[in-house]
Amino acid sequence: MQNRTFVSGYYLDDKDLVEGIKSLQANNIEISDVRTPFPVHGLDVKLNMRRSRLPRAGFIAGAFGAAIGFGFQAWVFTQAWPLNFGGKPYLSVPSFIPVTFELTVLFAAFALVFGFLISSGLGPGAPTIIFDEEVTNDRFQILLEATGGNNEQLENALVEAGAEGVKRHDI
Amino acid sequence: MYVSPVREPLISGEKSYTKVTEDIYAPMAGKPGKLWFGGLTLALLALAFGLFSIFITVWDGIGTWGLDRTIGWGWGITNFVWWVGIGHAGTFISAILLLFRQKWRTSINRSAEAMTIFAVMCAGLFPLIHMGRLPLGFFIFPYPNTRDVWVNFNSPLLWDVFAISTYLTVSLLFWYMGLIPDIGTIRDRLVPGIKKKIYSFLSFGWTGSARHWARHESMSLILAGLAAPLVLSVHTIVSFDFATSVIPGWHTTIFPPYFVSGAVFSGFAMVLTLMIITRKAINLEDYITKAHLESMNKIIIATGSIVGIAYITELFIAWYSGVVYEQYAFVNRAFGPYWWAYWIMMTCNVITPQLFWIKKIRRSFAATFVISIFVNIGMWFERFVIIVTSLHRDFLPSSWSMYSPTWVEVGIYVGTFGLFFTLFFLFIKFFPVIAIAEVKSVLKTSSEKFIKKGK
Repeated sequence: MQNRTFVSGYYLDDKDLVEGIKSLQANNIEISDVRTPFPVHGLDVKLNMRRSRLPRAGFIAGAFGAAIGFGFQAWVFTQAWPLNFGGKPYLSVPSFIPVTFELTVLFAAFALVFGFLISSGLGPGAPTIIFDEEVTNDRFQILLEATGGNNEQLENALVEAGAEGVKRHDI
Repeated sequence: MYVSPVREPLISGEKSYTKVTEDIYAPMAGKPGKLWFGGLTLALLALAFGLFSIFITVWDGIGTWGLDRTIGWGWGITNFVWWVGIGHAGTFISAILLLFRQKWRTSINRSAEAMTIFAVMCAGLFPLIHMGRLPLGFFIFPYPNTRDVWVNFNSPLLWDVFAISTYLTVSLLFWYMGLIPDIGTIRDRLVPGIKKKIYSFLSFGWTGSARHWARHESMSLILAGLAAPLVLSVHTIVSFDFATSVIPGWHTTIFPPYFVSGAVFSGFAMVLTLMIITRKAINLEDYITKAHLESMNKIIIATGSIVGIAYITELFIAWYSGVVYEQYAFVNRAFGPYWWAYWIMMTCNVITPQLFWIKKIRRSFAATFVISIFVNIGMWFERFVIIVTSLHRDFLPSSWSMYSPTWVEVGIYVGTFGLFFTLFFLFIKFFPVIAIAEVKSVLKTSSEKFIKKGK
């Protein structure tokens, strides 16, 4: 694997982190990742993240679940084995609603969870790299990738951007 | 950030982000005490007794229960409905209160959701055992078979299969997705070794990346939006088990909302009973405060009063309908041979929770603990009253009957307590009981330290 060098700087407050990001962006430095102990709102806009497609995935899977749920029940009671329940219609829509609803929710939930895991590259034992174990505690970390040995320049930029501590990581 | 001075801090003490991590990690880090081992042993014994009772039921047949041809549903279904009801608090707290942006949910949602999952597991056992032939339990699923028939999609009992299994699955997914950032926190606190490897595996490689958080939040919000109607659908469908059958006392349109509020009512009571003990046992007094207690008790009053109104509405409608069978069913409930069950239900569900109108009582841990146990008992009797008293005197006086459980039925109920508490004890030892990341995210707006600074 190719050797990559990252430079990280951390902050102890989310407000300082946001200021730091602003200062780096003013210097036209590309931020490769920001890691925080809890969701900091507004970062998605600051980092120009693409809007998540999870809602769409959830909707499509939910619609699919509804179609399967309703379609299957309708098929069973009109085609596969029509049973007469006290003279009621074979295609009794109201009584198909509960199962249709449950399958809608089930399919959408699976799509959302697996969509989230797959798009984030997470999963049981996923081989992610943790640069600083304090990120899950109280540090708000900015990660910059050094290209062509400009790591010192990046380190200085982070210090200038108010980072509490700056570190270099070779992987 | 501006915080209204009326808002009471939800996290007391001088808490920094690190302090939050340390406080919640502390009970997992130390060796468990005698209390924990004692409790787990007791729970395992109860579980063993329950398994033995299930074995007897399967080996000797359902005849070992106190049921007969008139009373076909007894403790088994009472306990099923009771446990499902208890399983309504967790997802209510994490889904509906998330949509309403209630910050106080962050301290209790994790443990409440765990209780939900364990309670639904206990509940799910009963219909299976009730079939008497456990190995044929898979008959309830629609699968292609040599008999060429499908399950009856017109039956609420089948809707229940779908509702309960979907509810369990979605709750489990929701709970675990909320857990992975916190498992990541635990992983990073551990020294390298086998334990760290296990938590690392369970943390799904969580890094705290802003991209992951953005997706995580978007997923949680939509899952909450899906889980909110799901919570309401589950007990609605359970109530259909009764409401769609033509039995006086069951055949009423009021059942769905009445059952759903009853479920939230009993679920909150169980969460309170257990959290009041847990916060003391593992020193979480700063995170589960009187403010949380008061918010939860307000929901108890609201849902408890809906249940109370439902009881009275049932009586009124029985009279107003002019149907003699319906009228008899309700007179028999209150003054028949099972009058004691009815009045225990009325006292525990309608009268005692009204004490929460008094501010001192709803902010007192001791009083809440006692009342929450009353609610748990009352809600169990509600299901007993609905099931047994409606069945025991049916249309033919020659088949009227009385019911009392045998030791086997009691044993299975004890066993589900064993299962519930075994899982609960393991959970408080091996997982963070409070959602660490979520508490941190409200720290600046809701902790004593920051509110003071703001002033």
